[in-house]
Amino acid sequence: MNDLTQIHALSGAYAVDALDDIERAMFERHLADCAECRAEVESLREASSRLAEVGAVTPPAHLRASVLGSIAKVRPLPPVTPPAQVVSSARRRVSARLLAAAAALIVILGGVAWHPWTQSGQVTMAERVVHAPDAKSHRVALAQGGSLTVVESRSLGRATLVMSAVADPPTGKVYEMWLRRPDGSMAPAGLVSHGGNRTLVFAGNANKATGAAVTVEPPGGSSQPTTAPLALVGLGSNA
Amino acid sequence: MTGTPPSPLPSRSAPEVLDERGRLAGLLRSAARGDEAAFAEVYDGTAARLHGLVIRVVRDRAQAEEVTQEVYLEAWRQSARFDEGKGTVLSWLMTIAHRRAVDRVRSAEANTRRDSTYEQARREVAHDQTQETAIANVEARRVRQAVATLTDAQRDAIELAYFGGYTHTEVATLLELPLGTAKTRIRDGLIRLRDALGVRS
Repeated sequence: MNDLTQIHALSGAYAVDALDDIERAMFERHLADCAECRAEVESLREASSRLAEVGAVTPPAHLRASVLGSIAKVRPLPPVTPPAQVVSSARRRVSARLLAAAAALIVILGGVAWHPWTQSGQVTMAERVVHAPDAKSHRVALAQGGSLTVVESRSLGRATLVMSAVADPPTGKVYEMWLRRPDGSMAPAGLVSHGGNRTLVFAGNANKATGAAVTVEPPGGSSQPTTAPLALVGLGSNA
Repeated sequence: MTGTPPSPLPSRSAPEVLDERGRLAGLLRSAARGDEAAFAEVYDGTAARLHGLVIRVVRDRAQAEEVTQEVYLEAWRQSARFDEGKGTVLSWLMTIAHRRAVDRVRSAEANTRRDSTYEQARREVAHDQTQETAIANVEARRVRQAVATLTDAQRDAIELAYFGGYTHTEVATLLELPLGTAKTRIRDGLIRLRDALGVRS
């Protein structure tokens, strides 16, 4: 799925938020390992932000009052202290992945208010869903080992899939994510080419879905599931 | 076909613009230590441009006001994480604002049919000039000139992506381009814009 020479080409689209959640998560993982792309994204973001110079709309006065009222109730977060240096980028990749998986599991076990930040300093949609105050999770242990957890947030209207120690799909196949419509049919919601410890967002409005599922499909995915789901959970009032 | 500006584009921003950037950075540093009055000054110096951007992307005025409010609250929370070496306060704020505006418009529209033709998308993205206060200042003129150095194709792709909030694959569909072409146009156009504005790269 990832042609590495292609991934740098996403830097411009990333800088203007023109990637879908799956590509964004993929590119952010790449950014953790690519200083060139990080520098380029910073400079392209700076350039694109200037586009806002040519149009302005003064917000209503009540908005200013609301902002100043809300900041009086919370303190600014302390600065980030840099993580410990690791020797090789391969080890950093592994430890970043383990941290992300550990974070996902910790949140699902319902304790720590830890807020992981991606290298770029921006929160991904997946992280926002997992940390949302109204996040609800549904975990399915897999017969093959590992587990799939669907985390939904009504306030964000999204559901995420947290894979924990999931095996790769069978050779020549992919995992496909689905959101179940009220009429019972399944809407394609993303493709996953390998397992491991990952968090992905189901494409589409989860608030309109009655369930979420993952199946094994041929490469390129299918428009309807062709195999029995690895996991099928109810969402919202169907949970 | 490339448009070129009639007079040479200044490669640096005017002194008063650079001074304003320094002022905002100092204010945000104070805000990071809890100085609410300093943050109010950051708001006053940036809210019109920020809200203008959010309105263009989100379009619905009520939702845009919610997003703008969320952005400033997030900026207050993250103020200690602003790194002056990496860019300007305005660009930092716009990055947060753009991201939240795009997330809002995509989740609001997630189950409705998105614009299927370029013309329809274009009509909605063009902003309502009678309601906007155009900032008639030196920096805005410089930005307009820089944008004029882009090809029409690059400008269209960037406008749909940045102001329309579309993904690059949606831009490709709207502009009837092969799938990989939109992301290349967006990147090439932004590089040209960056170099024309003299943004450190």
